[in-house]
Amino acid sequence: MNEEKSQSVVLVIDDEVQIRRLLKISLEAAGYKVYEAANGQEGLAEAAQRRPDVVVLDLGLPDMDGVTVLKRLREWSQVPVVVLSVRDREDDKVAALDNGADDYLTKPFGTAELLARLRVAQRHAKPTADMAVFKVGQLEVDLPARLVKVNGQPVKLTATEYALLQLFVRHAGKVLTHRQILKEVWGPTYTEQTHYLRVYMTHLREKIEANPSEPELLVTESGIGYRLMVK
Amino acid sequence: MAAGVGKTYAMLEAARKQQSLGVDVVIGYVETHGRKDTDALTQGLPTIPRKLSEHRGVKLSEMDVDAVLARKPKLALVDELAHTNAPGSRHPKRYQDILELLDAGIDVYTTLNVQHVESRAHTVEEITGSTMHETIPDSVLDLAEIELIDISPDDLMRRLDEGKVYMPDRAAVAMVNFFREGNLTALREMALRLAAERVGQDVRDYMQVMQIQGPWKTGHRLLVAVSASPLSGQMIRWTRRLADSLDAQWTAVHVESSKAMSPVDEERLTKNLALARELGAEVIATADEDIVRGLLRVARQQNATQIVVGKPAYNGIRQFFAGGWFMRRLVAESGDIDIHVVRADKTDTPRERPMFHIPERVAWKQYLIAFGAVVAVTLLNWFIEYQFPSLGYRMLALNYLLAVVLLALFVGRGPMLMSATVSALFWDYFFVPPAFTLWISQVDDAMMFGMYFVVAVVMGQLIARFRSQEKAERRREERTTALYLLTRELADAVTMDQIVKVIVGHIGKLFEADVAVILAEADGRLALQPYAGSTLKLTEKELSVASWVFRHNQRAGQFTDNLPLSDAMHLPLSTATGILGVVGVRLPQTNPPNLEQNNLLEAFVRQAALVIDRQRLHDAAQQTQLAAESERLSKTLLDSISHELRTPIAAITSAASALGDKTLTAQPGFSDSLLNEIKEAVARLNRLVGNLLDITRVESGHVKPKMDWCDAGDLVNVTVKSLRKELTGHKVETVIAPQIPLVRMDFVLMEQALTNLLLNAAFHTAAGTAIQVSARADKDELALTVADNGPGIPPESLPKIFDKFYRAPGALTGGTGLGLSIVKGFVEAQGGRVAAENRPGGGAKFTLYLPVTEQPVFSGETT
Repeated sequence: MNEEKSQSVVLVIDDEVQIRRLLKISLEAAGYKVYEAANGQEGLAEAAQRRPDVVVLDLGLPDMDGVTVLKRLREWSQVPVVVLSVRDREDDKVAALDNGADDYLTKPFGTAELLARLRVAQRHAKPTADMAVFKVGQLEVDLPARLVKVNGQPVKLTATEYALLQLFVRHAGKVLTHRQILKEVWGPTYTEQTHYLRVYMTHLREKIEANPSEPELLVTESGIGYRLMVK
Repeated sequence: MAAGVGKTYAMLEAARKQQSLGVDVVIGYVETHGRKDTDALTQGLPTIPRKLSEHRGVKLSEMDVDAVLARKPKLALVDELAHTNAPGSRHPKRYQDILELLDAGIDVYTTLNVQHVESRAHTVEEITGSTMHETIPDSVLDLAEIELIDISPDDLMRRLDEGKVYMPDRAAVAMVNFFREGNLTALREMALRLAAERVGQDVRDYMQVMQIQGPWKTGHRLLVAVSASPLSGQMIRWTRRLADSLDAQWTAVHVESSKAMSPVDEERLTKNLALARELGAEVIATADEDIVRGLLRVARQQNATQIVVGKPAYNGIRQFFAGGWFMRRLVAESGDIDIHVVRADKTDTPRERPMFHIPERVAWKQYLIAFGAVVAVTLLNWFIEYQFPSLGYRMLALNYLLAVVLLALFVGRGPMLMSATVSALFWDYFFVPPAFTLWISQVDDAMMFGMYFVVAVVMGQLIARFRSQEKAERRREERTTALYLLTRELADAVTMDQIVKVIVGHIGKLFEADVAVILAEADGRLALQPYAGSTLKLTEKELSVASWVFRHNQRAGQFTDNLPLSDAMHLPLSTATGILGVVGVRLPQTNPPNLEQNNLLEAFVRQAALVIDRQRLHDAAQQTQLAAESERLSKTLLDSISHELRTPIAAITSAASALGDKTLTAQPGFSDSLLNEIKEAVARLNRLVGNLLDITRVESGHVKPKMDWCDAGDLVNVTVKSLRKELTGHKVETVIAPQIPLVRMDFVLMEQALTNLLLNAAFHTAAGTAIQVSARADKDELALTVADNGPGIPPESLPKIFDKFYRAPGALTGGTGLGLSIVKGFVEAQGGRVAAENRPGGGAKFTLYLPVTEQPVFSGETT
């Protein structure tokens, strides 16, 4: 990858001075150019001016709701956004993800975790040259051939299972909300029918996970959705 | 004295005089009838605008009571005391409006013609021949100071001619009917007499106050017997007049017997008693089969010195005997009590008592049965005479007698009398020789016939009376039982919800009514809606009636004098200490409730008030106790939280300062171990803050589970995985039963609950021991279990282990006692339950149960 060559620009929108200061130290150490904004209005202005490569957005802002900031931003920009939120606010996180956030982190979080998430988010933003074959761990998915192999052995998936897996592969490393998955795979009328998703996730895990009771590839994000791990 | 004498003029003059003395005077309602000089007098007196309403297309204006109350003058002028208000007004009569003003401390000047005084109305009717509809109770006059406006009848007639009375076009009609010189003279005399009596009374009061010896009678107490008779009304008025002139207290008594009353009589009785109450009597109803005995009993209890009864009308043999008997006994048994026997005129509304009063609806059926029985006995007797001719015809009379006595057990008095007569005639006709004639040849047969008749009638009467007594007894018993049941159930009710439910249920059942209970709030105002469980829905209007009741501590609404156009009757829930609320009752009937119903309702409400009062006091006591408990809890909280917060902060502080020391950080591995310490302390702090937030949510009832179909196996795996670091010292065994259905739960809450259980287990057991986590499903419950091999829970702590801040004695230091109470709160919020037990082989076991009530519905492809 070529992140080191051209310096990535990150915009941090958070009202807490201390958090901004800490993020600036860690992100600059990791090679990012960091811009800061203390509220939503300022954040939107900075985003327009600095054209960041990635945005870190706190959901609890003094002037406007983080989800509103996200919606405004998405009106003209597809910049990857990682939201920060506190525990117990799953609804906010889901709302942010459904409105185009790329990932989320629950406070308190570790710097290493943040950097990893930022990298994944940035990678997704880049138009990938047709990723024909996706590989992670024992799993291998040949998208053009619609072929799934585990440990080199072909695995037979039903149409729905394959559609589900394909969705995860296309968004590998990114968290997908229940609603997003249901809408993509089953259709817009199924967004509340989580039981379909639960059942198919179980089936899919049984077919592709080494140990279905301790999934390493398709992990559950409590109260939010699922994520296909990339490593 | 009469219309047109210049009352309004005099009132206005007096008011102007008061105004000039600096008194705050307003006009509440004055009718000048367009007379110029009267109009002129109203100038300069502030007038409260009238309240306009429309009734059946006619525009009506009345005094705006609320506006006057709000203005709160010292003195209000309200014309025509006896006026009847427009339908829909707060009170039916204006004098009731005035009483409300007086209650609010506002003095009132008003005007009144003598013919409108209740106790004189009848006399006026007799003299003038015109009926008085608008009357005021004498008790209102008792509150007033009277100034007589007197002019001679000649002057009045002249004023009438000059058009100073009424409006000119109406004067002619009015004059023909009323303004005759004879009438006016009589009215004048009455007015003078009334005023004189009042003055006399004032003088007597004065003499009494100043302890002047004088020849006045004291200690008189009158008692008037009231029945359903239309004549009772006159007796009541007569007694009131006598009581006035004797300056005596008086009581109206109704003796209730077991005899069934027709609805008309019942209504008239209620009216009579209401009249007595209005005229200032104390009304007592008592039950006794013997009217004389009942009357005298009350008279003695009340220390009555004089009893007023009506003169019996001797216009029938039966009444002659009955009335005479009644009088003789009353006189004989009354001892030192004086008896007034008052002549009452017959009125146009005769008592509805037909010759053959049919007491029950199915009377004709009873007659038929009685006749059939007699015929049957006759046939039987024929048979007996044919088979056993030696028995003789006299024996057969006994068969008839037996039949009549038996009949008395089943039929009323009328059919019984008929059967006695018919059987006597049949016996005579068919069996007494010469047969088939009514002729009786032998003297002893004639005697037998007579005696038979008397015995049959007396027996029948006795049994009939016995039965009716029994019926009355049963009615009284039902009443007592109803009250007893209410009392008993109220005694069992321990919460306000239950109490209200019992009240609503009982009143509702007994009166077939819709009932609403509205209680006073803590701030002393009446609640804005009925208490939960009320069956009567209250509109805005009804609520305003209820709040009127609450303010005045008087019943109001339907069937009462206050706001009678309401849909329901509202009774105050009051005790000696004050008013607690209002009970609204919508009775199914269209007639006012009778005396018995009223008494029972009153008794119910009184009982309810007592119990509600008791409950209020009880709640207040409990509040105090709760406050003490919560104080203790917050102290525990502060103690444990401050310890839990300070420990990790201390660790971070010391580690951070050590990291700043260059000489120390030079040692290999030193920085790493300190960083680990900091991370651990931070994790602990984070958990504590999480727990505090969670318990706050549980406590404030803000746990709103987002129920969704979830996979229990996934839940367990996710939880265990996220705690990998915390559980490193322990061996975690996960057992997930196969074929667990999807269960509706809040995944995040359940993960938190399981996390707390796992951390708890890890905290309280030695490193290296095993912790088992399992999920299984019974037929209707999902069970998630966390079991450890630690020391277990002391048995005495088991019942309290899920309580907030509870920590088992001897538990390790650290921990706030919050974790398990959060578990309980979260699981119960999802409709589940928690259980704690000790394992047989040692160790503690916690299980979370969630209901498995339904299965998700799938359509289309499933595999």
